[in-house]
Amino acid sequence: MTDQRSFGSALLDPEMPPPPGLTDPQGRPAGRRFDIYRNNVAASLTEALATGFPVIAKLLGEDFFKAMAGIFLRAHPPGDPRLQLWGGKFPGFLARFEPVAHLPYLPDMARLELGLRQSYHAADTARLPIAHRDPAEVLAIKPRLAPATLILASRFPILTIWRKNMGHPDLTIDWTPETVLITRPDFDPVPQLLPEGGTTLARHLKGRLTLAQAVTATQTLEPDADAAALLTLFLSAGALTLDTTLSEGT
Amino acid sequence: MLDVTPSRTLPAAPGVGYKSRHFAGLTEAPGPVRWIEVHAENYMGAGGRPLAQLRALSERFPVSVHGVGLSIGGERALDRDHLARLRHLMDWLDPASFSEHLAWSTHDTGFLNDLLPLPYTEATLTRVAAHIDQVQTTLGRRMLLENPSTYLAFEESDMDEVGFLAELARRTGCGLLLDVNNVFVSATNQNWDPRAYIDAFPLDAVGEIHLGGHDEDEDEHGAPLLIDSHGRAVVNPVWTLYAHTIARGGPRPTLIEWDTDVPDWPTLRAEAERAATILETVEA
Repeated sequence: MTDQRSFGSALLDPEMPPPPGLTDPQGRPAGRRFDIYRNNVAASLTEALATGFPVIAKLLGEDFFKAMAGIFLRAHPPGDPRLQLWGGKFPGFLARFEPVAHLPYLPDMARLELGLRQSYHAADTARLPIAHRDPAEVLAIKPRLAPATLILASRFPILTIWRKNMGHPDLTIDWTPETVLITRPDFDPVPQLLPEGGTTLARHLKGRLTLAQAVTATQTLEPDADAAALLTLFLSAGALTLDTTLSEGT
Repeated sequence: MLDVTPSRTLPAAPGVGYKSRHFAGLTEAPGPVRWIEVHAENYMGAGGRPLAQLRALSERFPVSVHGVGLSIGGERALDRDHLARLRHLMDWLDPASFSEHLAWSTHDTGFLNDLLPLPYTEATLTRVAAHIDQVQTTLGRRMLLENPSTYLAFEESDMDEVGFLAELARRTGCGLLLDVNNVFVSATNQNWDPRAYIDAFPLDAVGEIHLGGHDEDEDEHGAPLLIDSHGRAVVNPVWTLYAHTIARGGPRPTLIEWDTDVPDWPTLRAEAERAATILETVEA
């Protein structure tokens, strides 16, 4: 009898022989025939990883990425069939993977690409109803961050590197830290630079303050930040919502 | 008033596996395409474009939801969280059909993302029938189970694949999804007669047919080894086998599957037109 545990273990380990009891039509041991399944697993998961992390794949090149993906997918296969959410352990893997130690910004790049994907699939919410309203009324709103809004702080110019690899090869990289605000105004996540104080403002908005209270608190904690400009950025990017329950969807 | 709501069943006409790049072609120039199929797992996010597009398409076309990750043949219990997500999607969309594979895909460490083969024995039959019962009870609807493409055989198998599927349908009341390309691929790889397979198949239980392309390879002994890739056009022998199938069993909803190296819309539509031409030769 061939049990699925030994079948699955042999699939993931190319050094293992195929389990006994598997044959070709003549009853000869299934060698290359078993390798078809092995290859399907590795190739489909490698492709899913490359689709989910296109800039990492581009930075490392096809051959290197494929070899590395083979190691990652065996150590951390998807926890469930939703491949669009797979890769949460990829940043940590990259941080410990010796052959890419010379590219210390890769883990943050993986976090950025993961964040863009999470934002793409996040629940839909209505934008804040601010058009044609009195500023005082707007400032009294207690919003929350939309589920598609994510913030990533990096020690590296992570957004500039991302942009350089996503169609802007002429960008010059200034090696300073960047914090990225991801929002989804419509269906496509948009990453942009979040100026100083932005993370603090976001933290206060998560604390169920009014916009006015959050701006004041941010200005107090970060006197160098332009809290009013940050608020304008959050509002124009569609980073905020009033919804307390998630809208229709799965 | 004219009822423009898509029917609650799949029509006995061509459908296509939906790819977002075909959204415009499908909605503006569908040709003979009358329904679409989507992979359930791609619509298990919380929101965003995938669900919005699917909602919009479901207002135009009957939708078949095709699962690729339930591991219905697995030795372990079905993943209740995944089943709950599936139930949620079905309740939200209320599609015309739900289908899954006679295969497994789970391992101790996680999801293997392939449709892995099963030995055809009484023990497998009992286990898979229980899983099908569980799925049909949870979803509150009949499901279709698809015959696999296989590349190897199990020494312990003591039933043939058609007999196995027919008995599953009899025990659980599930319908069958007959993938004619899978029949051709497995028959080549296993030295079966594909026409005899179709002639023995319980076609009355078939709620949907799949057609797709495959790759050609060979094993270490030089025997032909076909690989189900969904990456090219349907080959002529599969079209012939399809014509034989519907001549014998009558017209069925027929899906063109093209999942890798996805072509432009006119190329995919041409495959649907070929299926439509064959469907038209048969009386319903």
